[in-house]
Amino acid sequence: MTGAGPTEPARSGVAGFAGVDEWEPVIGLEIHVQLKTRTKMFCRCANGFGGGENTQVCPVCLGFPGALPVPNRTAIEWTIKLGLALGCQIAERAVFSRKSYVYPDLPKGYQISQYDLPSCINGSMLVPGVEGDREVGIVRAHLEEDAAKTTHVGGRTGRIGGASTSLVDFNRGGTPLVEIVTGPDLHSAEDARRFLQLLRQTIVELGASDAEMEKGTLRVDANVSIRPRGSQELRTRCELKNMNSFRFVAQGIDAEVARQTAVYEAGGAVVQETYDFDAASGALTARRSKEEADDYRYFPEPDLVPVEPSADLVDRLRTELPELPGARIRRLERELDLDRATVLVTGGLDGLYEATVAAGAERLAAANLIANRLADSDPGAIAPGELAKLVEARDRIPRSALDEALGKLAEPGFSADPFLAQEAVSDTRALEPIVDRILQENAGQVEAYRSGKEGLLGFFVGQVMKETSGKANPRVVSELVRERIRA
Amino acid sequence: MTIDTLRLTAEEATDLLARKQLSAAELHGAYLAAVAERDPELHCYLRTVAEAEGDGVPIALKDIISTRGIETTAGSRILEGYVPVFDATVAARCKAAGMPIIGKTNTDEFAMGSSTENSAYGPTKNPWDPTRVPGGSGGGTAAAVSAGLAPWGLGSDTGGSIKQPSSLCGNVGLRPTYGTVSRYGVIAFASSLDQIGPVARNVRDCALLYSIIAGRDARDSTTVELREPVRLPEDEDLTGVRIGVPKEMNEAEGIEPGVAEAVRRAIELAAELGADVGECSLPRSIAYGLPCYYLIAPAEASSNLARYDGVRYGPRVEADGFYEMVERTRDAGFGDEPKRRIMLGTYALSAGYFDAYYGQAQKVRTVIAREHAAAFERYDVLVSPTSPTVAFELGAKATDPLAMYLSDLLTIPSCMAGLPGLNVPCGLSAGLPVGLQLIGPQFSENTLFRTGHALERALAFDPVPARLR
Repeated sequence: MTGAGPTEPARSGVAGFAGVDEWEPVIGLEIHVQLKTRTKMFCRCANGFGGGENTQVCPVCLGFPGALPVPNRTAIEWTIKLGLALGCQIAERAVFSRKSYVYPDLPKGYQISQYDLPSCINGSMLVPGVEGDREVGIVRAHLEEDAAKTTHVGGRTGRIGGASTSLVDFNRGGTPLVEIVTGPDLHSAEDARRFLQLLRQTIVELGASDAEMEKGTLRVDANVSIRPRGSQELRTRCELKNMNSFRFVAQGIDAEVARQTAVYEAGGAVVQETYDFDAASGALTARRSKEEADDYRYFPEPDLVPVEPSADLVDRLRTELPELPGARIRRLERELDLDRATVLVTGGLDGLYEATVAAGAERLAAANLIANRLADSDPGAIAPGELAKLVEARDRIPRSALDEALGKLAEPGFSADPFLAQEAVSDTRALEPIVDRILQENAGQVEAYRSGKEGLLGFFVGQVMKETSGKANPRVVSELVRERIRA
Repeated sequence: MTIDTLRLTAEEATDLLARKQLSAAELHGAYLAAVAERDPELHCYLRTVAEAEGDGVPIALKDIISTRGIETTAGSRILEGYVPVFDATVAARCKAAGMPIIGKTNTDEFAMGSSTENSAYGPTKNPWDPTRVPGGSGGGTAAAVSAGLAPWGLGSDTGGSIKQPSSLCGNVGLRPTYGTVSRYGVIAFASSLDQIGPVARNVRDCALLYSIIAGRDARDSTTVELREPVRLPEDEDLTGVRIGVPKEMNEAEGIEPGVAEAVRRAIELAAELGADVGECSLPRSIAYGLPCYYLIAPAEASSNLARYDGVRYGPRVEADGFYEMVERTRDAGFGDEPKRRIMLGTYALSAGYFDAYYGQAQKVRTVIAREHAAAFERYDVLVSPTSPTVAFELGAKATDPLAMYLSDLLTIPSCMAGLPGLNVPCGLSAGLPVGLQLIGPQFSENTLFRTGHALERALAFDPVPARLR
């Protein structure tokens, strides 16, 4: 079933709020991050994909009789470090528990996971926004082991029920996994997206994970409810799963908010469910609800001793923290603006930006060039001094020369000098005939421009640039176009 | 030379091997010959190993200890045909010490039982009287040592599975301090209680074997290094040893008069050897030890046995869907006792019951540990019967789980507190061995060995079953 309509039974006394804007979304996120430690969480198997199925396995991660877990020290340290980066209190005593359920991805019949005593609690992350910082509470961050990967063959749903065969790849089983749970502090899909961008960048910069949603090393579930704007109540929430990009998370949240709004406005009540979001169709599909709540029968894992990090260790990890992305956005925001600062920092480009500025480049021009043209490059491979030269010369040299130079910027030993020697054509006498011809050939657009579609200026400039193979100075061209059209 | 496997101690055998009066293969062969002669009646072994690998004294391993390349079943159908790809740490340490494996000994299924009658492969018989049980769960190892089918062996003890069979078979068994012997590769019953320990014909052999298997193991993060090296006991007196006699453990209802009498005489002898003997009290440990054990052990067992699903190893009963396959496999693979404990444990861990059952039992466990610690402020060793009774008849308690559970009444409290305990034979009652239990504080194995050794010398108990002499 899709949850687009008011299918739930009516509940009295909650209707009467008209209009979408009357409803405030309340969103909390559960984020799973696979740590890129060298070995798995509780055994010495290599961690990470590669090799054929079931090649990175041993008696421990296959749950053989008598095998025992031994915790990965690095995973514990990274979890604490991540907790510190999220402003969490670090537990002096964290305890691994066993979470029991029956599924072929879980060879022991239980998952080892911190439960009532997690390593990190009560943190928060400040997400810079146009209306100031949004404080997002971090309820907890805990360490656990990932389950194996299952593939169900045959059957219609891709689930285990009705499948003719289920294949299990235990390579993933036992990968260290940190689960981060936020408070219900996000109030729009855009909020969630910004938070996730910043969180992801923080994780990446700590070196704890590549945190790529497409590869499943970062996974996000969203708990969504809505309430009348101005109210502080928390209503029944639904959980969204299966969203494998930040964009889909945002789309899923929007779809769920719209669904719940429709339910309430039709006088119905939201029923707690878990939905899969299908990005292709935009549809939310409810998972089969269970008759009873899950009972995971948690109890402390007797094969492991509690995690009791020394104060010295926590202090050392704290001093190892770099300046965090949120702080850097706020710092850069003062010299740029929020959007540019956010793009640079969450793209991991702000270091290059600062080095380029330090090498003498103009701030705004450097920010624009880096954000617009170098987003996909490896900032570590770029010499800031050479980039600063290009920023300075960006309008003087031919567009084609700038493009070529930017394309080669990350190559070892790159020098900007040969490109700087080229001059763009700024001679109006040389450019005028070309401009005139372009305007003649596009009389319709000229008419439209004159009647107010000023955005067409870029089109005319582009045509001239094309005509001159990128050698014209775009600023001169653009002035010329304006002048000739007015004439 | 002729080898009398009934009398040869491991220490003597070590000496013969060192002086090249005997080869390891000959020694191993002598035990296999004894097995061929007597085991058809006793059924101590689930399987034997034909080849002697190593140049040392051979050993019997309880079939709960994983052995690479040798089928290991934990006495259960659900592991029938399962051949481990790795050695348990204790097996690896025995191999590293050059000890060939004689075979894998019988056990109650997943070590759940006190008579070895819960083995899916049939019961083991007591060498003193084959109509009686050898105790359990480690009845196979204990009976093998007493019947001369092994000089020594390893067992596992959760609530008495080493000490109680040693008592019923008349030999020496140590349940070590929790954490001193690696559990890696030992098929888990209740992880917070399971300990591996030696069974031997005398205290010195027991200490020697303990020294081989004990110590921290990087594969078991609950293990620790020993505080002091293991000392082979020499002293024949008990001067300066303070022995406490817990009233409740020596006067408990159900202790047979013959057992009480033999233990009383051993305590008198200890005093004669120079020990300071006094009475003490462990009221809560005796009142609550057994009920708390029967919450914690099944709770952990229900989780530890969840891995037996027919997916990766062991027999599988095919079905249309995954969950049905798992259900059928478990139904066919587990016997009644594991099923009973899985149900008990699942219930005790369920939401809404955890605090009242498992949580509460863990708190009581702390109370039991404190009560023992208080007694050890005044005493070095606490003594009691190991088992309230001598070996009972096969089938006598098989249909009454509660009566069977009471066999471990006296062994359980110290297990709950993580303490070491040693069984030393102290006489006969109606022609059957009576065991004396010596309990010490954590890491007090050397004191237990010293006390046990002195008593053993003074008692001059003949460990060879009368009918085999």
